[in-house]
Formats: sequence, C-alpha cells, structure tokens
Amino acid sequence: MSLLELKDVSMIYGSVKALQNIQLTVERGEWLAIMGPSGSGKTTLMNIIGCMDKGSSGTVVLDGEDISTLNPRSLTSIRRDKVGLVFQQFHLVPYLTALENIMIAQYYHSMPDEAEALAALDRVGLKDRAKHLPSQLSGGEQQRVCIARALINYPMLILADEPTGNLDEANANLVLEIFQKLHQEGHTIIMVTHDPEVAELAQNRIVLEHGRISDRRKIGQC
Amino acid sequence: MTKYSMYSKMIIHSLIRRRSRMFVALLAVAIGATVLSGLVTIYYDVPRQMGREFRSYGANLIFIPVGNSQVFQEQDVVRATALLPQEKIVGAAPYLYDRLKVNEQPVMVAGTRFQEVKKVSPFWQIRGQWPEEKSEDVVIGAEVAELLKVEPGQTITLAAANSSSEKKVKVAGVVRTGGTEENFLFMDLPLLQNLLQKNDQMSVAQVSIMATEAELNTLTRAVEEQVPGITPRLVKRVTQSEGMVLGKLQALVYLVTIVVLLLTLICVATTMMAVVAERRKEIGLKKALGADNRSIALEFLGEGLTLGALGGLLGTILGFFFAQTVSVNVFGRAISFQPLIAVSALVVAIVVAGVACLIPVRVATAVEPAIVLRGE
Repeated sequence: MSLLELKDVSMIYGSVKALQNIQLTVERGEWLAIMGPSGSGKTTLMNIIGCMDKGSSGTVVLDGEDISTLNPRSLTSIRRDKVGLVFQQFHLVPYLTALENIMIAQYYHSMPDEAEALAALDRVGLKDRAKHLPSQLSGGEQQRVCIARALINYPMLILADEPTGNLDEANANLVLEIFQKLHQEGHTIIMVTHDPEVAELAQNRIVLEHGRISDRRKIGQC
Repeated sequence: MTKYSMYSKMIIHSLIRRRSRMFVALLAVAIGATVLSGLVTIYYDVPRQMGREFRSYGANLIFIPVGNSQVFQEQDVVRATALLPQEKIVGAAPYLYDRLKVNEQPVMVAGTRFQEVKKVSPFWQIRGQWPEEKSEDVVIGAEVAELLKVEPGQTITLAAANSSSEKKVKVAGVVRTGGTEENFLFMDLPLLQNLLQKNDQMSVAQVSIMATEAELNTLTRAVEEQVPGITPRLVKRVTQSEGMVLGKLQALVYLVTIVVLLLTLICVATTMMAVVAERRKEIGLKKALGADNRSIALEFLGEGLTLGALGGLLGTILGFFFAQTVSVNVFGRAISFQPLIAVSALVVAIVVAGVACLIPVRVATAVEPAIVLRGE
C-alpha cells in the first residue's frame, strides 16, 4: 500500500485555481522532489499533504486513512503523529534552546524526553550546541535543529519546504547529506525545491505549473 | 523533564523574552490590585475609624422614661446598659432635669456625672475647667452665665423652688456647645438628687456606643423588651448621618474598584492581543508541530494567569501600604493586615487577568498552521 495517494485533488480560492486535479502517489521510503515556479501551487500542495489545509475536492489518503474528510482537530492529530515538517525559514521558537526546540515537538506529541532529544541533536551533529538559543546558531545549525525536531516523533512522512533555500553552499551540503542519510534509512521524504541539483538527489520529481503537474519523472530515467 | 516543567519553562521564558511589554501588563494588574486591596482594606477599617470619629458628635442612643412619666429609676439604666456590648460603650451620661433658683433667678439645671459627659459629649468647650471628681462645683451654660453675670471661679447660690434650704457652690467652668446646653446649669447628679429629694431618679440617659444603625436597632429592641421602665431611642441625626456617610463611601469604593478593574482588564487584554499578533508565526509553528487549540489556549492563559498572580501579589502588598498611609494620614491610626482581603485581592487579580486573556486566546486559537509554510 502506498504511503500517500492524492486523487483528483483541486484547491480553489474564489476564482483562483491553486491546484487542479492532482493525481499523485508516494510509496513508503520514496524521496519525491516537487519543483515549479512561484505561484504554481507547491505550498498549497504541501499544506494539503501536511494536514494543514483541506482541498476543495478530491481525496487524500495518508497511511490508508482518507484525510480529506477529517475535521481540523483530527488533522492536527494526524499531523502530530505522522508528519515531520522542515521549513525554509527554520521556524524555531526564539526563547527556547536548541534542545528545548526539539522537546517542544515531543511535548505536543506525548512526553518530553531530554535524552532522546539530545540523541536527535547528536544525530545532526549539534550535541554541543544543545543549550544555545536559535539566535546563537548559524542558519545551517538552525536548519539541522529543525530536521532533528521533524524526526523526533518518528514520523512516516518528512515534508521539507526549500530546506536549503536560505543556506550557503557548505551548510546546504550538510543538510542534504542528512536527508540522503534519512532516505537511506528508509524515511519517506517530500521536498519542495527550486534547485535542480537538489531535486536530482530525489528518486522522483514532479513539476507544478499553474496548479497542474506538468512534468513527472523518475530521476535517472530522464 | 515532565510535561508540566516544559509547560512552566515555555511560559516563564516567553514572559521574560517580552519583559518590557509584559512589565506594562504586570504594572496594570499591580495597580488594579493595589487599588482593590487598598480601598477594600480602608473600607473594612473605615466603619471602625468612622465610628470613633462619629462618637465625638455625641450620644447616638438615649434612654427616656416610659409613657408620660418624667423620670425613671437609675437601676433601670444600669440594667439597660448591661444589655449593651460593654467593649463598644464609649460612655453613658445620666441627666436629671429640673428648675432651681440660682442667685434668686429661676434656671434650668441638670444633674449629671461629669466624667461620663466628657466621654459622651467631647465637643463641649469649657472656659475655666471641668469640676473635680466628687466635688460640688458646677458647670454653667454660656447663656445662663451671661444672664447671671457669672464667671468661672465665682460662687453662686442654689435653692430648690419649694424649699428654703440653700446651697453655695463654685462655678468651675462655663460651657459652650452652640446648642441648648448653654441654657442649663450642670451639677453633680447626687447633689441635685439630694437638693430635690429625688434619690436614684433621672430624666434621661445619653449613651455613646460604637455600633452601626442596624446594630443599634437590634440593641434598642432588646432593651425595650427586657427593661420595661425605660424607652430606648436612637439619635437619628447621628446614626443616620453615620449610615449615610458609610453608604456613600461604600458606593465610592465599589465604583472606583470597578473602574480600576475594568481599566486593568482592558490594559491586559490589549497587551495580550499585541502579544498574540506578534507571535502569530510562533503559534502557527506550534500548531504545525501538532499543538491543538487546547494547548495553545493553556499557554496563553498560563502567561495571563502568571501575570495576574505576580501583579496581584505585588499589588496586594502595595495596597496594604497604601491603606496604611491613608489611614494614618486621615484617621491618625494604623490599620491591621487583613489576610482575607489580601487573598481576595490576589484571586480577583488572577481572575481579571484570566478574563482579559479570553479574547486574545480566541484569536490565538484561530491562527492557521499553514502560515508557517506560506511565510506570512
């Protein structure tokens, strides 16, 4: 059974058709890159997949459950249990340390566990920065904390929105290495990116234009 | 780390991070609690203080004979006075009124006990001096003194209207009250009773007692029922003005307290609304991480209630000093710390801060998690 399946998903805001009849299947352990120009519907698609919004029509099945009919409360519960989010602008809570920023995800999920959060930080190479506030970390370090936070509750799906968009080349490479490692470990990743080189790392790629999938290919087959 | 310690840490760090904004809200709560605690403490203490003040305006309870009789027995007054709360009695002055010839001129006289008169009627202004205890000296009203051309220190001659016996007494002082007392001559009660041969009789007893109008009404009923020889009457002029002043003061305290609490509510609500607006992205992030509306509401309520508790504590302490300063400067007396008022002010401050957070919490829970991806 596929992890994620979108059938005829559309999103209409007034007269604007943000997404039109999207058909998409993501298998478990797959790395999918979503590309497309600004305004093509990437963020709308990510919001629907990430249980943060509902489409105007169509069905979205995540881990065998149709999430397109769920109410906001149930969507929150699914998001908390099954989705890990990595953002372009990192989005760390500014008054909490790196360690606490990871523990906050545990706090909303179940129970904060300092040792486990520290292990997650160690995994992204930031154990020694555990007590630092976000303002004391570089952009790359903040993004690595963000990845550690996304992984802490063992999500089925990692959604990454331009995770290297705000990073210099060295830090971007560090972050991509982590994603590659996660993929090798069997994590399912959906990543929005503008960068073709980043997209090359994924197994599959779709290109969105005007709310439609204009190109769909397996990397290496193109 | 437990969920509770993580929750506490988030609230404390969030408050500290916005310390300047939160300080304004804290100050608003503290001022509200100061006014509340201060005014209520003063209001609680004022009847006690005002009672003392009003006692300087004279008796608030009088005992008069029943029906058409002109006099009653002294022992009736003793029985009636025993029914009153002894610790609240300021003084009880008996009076026997009659007419005597003073230097051959008819004058209204009153026999009394001067030590009690001093307590019941501290507004009497004496030129000369009060008679010594157990002396036969008299105090003469200013009008009578002028009529008889008598000055303190002079001796006058008293004679009962239907008797040929005379008594020479010294005028110790001349009394001015601005009232009917100036038309009387005052002398020691037993001396007058002997002169008139009206042993143990009296016309009226004036009692000054620290009690509210309601308490006085209860006492009056008790005396009426248990001492048939006398009729107790409230001095309405005094008791009603006391009740009226306290009533107006109570209304003022309520009004000021409500206005200040409303202002506190508005200030805290405005601050929390600004904080919610500032933290929309953070709220969206927390929701994206899986926080439900209850968690978001609990965090903002926690911040508001912490502000309320800290501001309330500070305000309660300041309120006591405020009340103490007012009491010392206005009434010249210190007040005692009232734990119940302090706890109530603290609870009200917390409740007001909590209520002030309700709208901001509603706005916070309406934030959509999708804003973190839209980059708004």
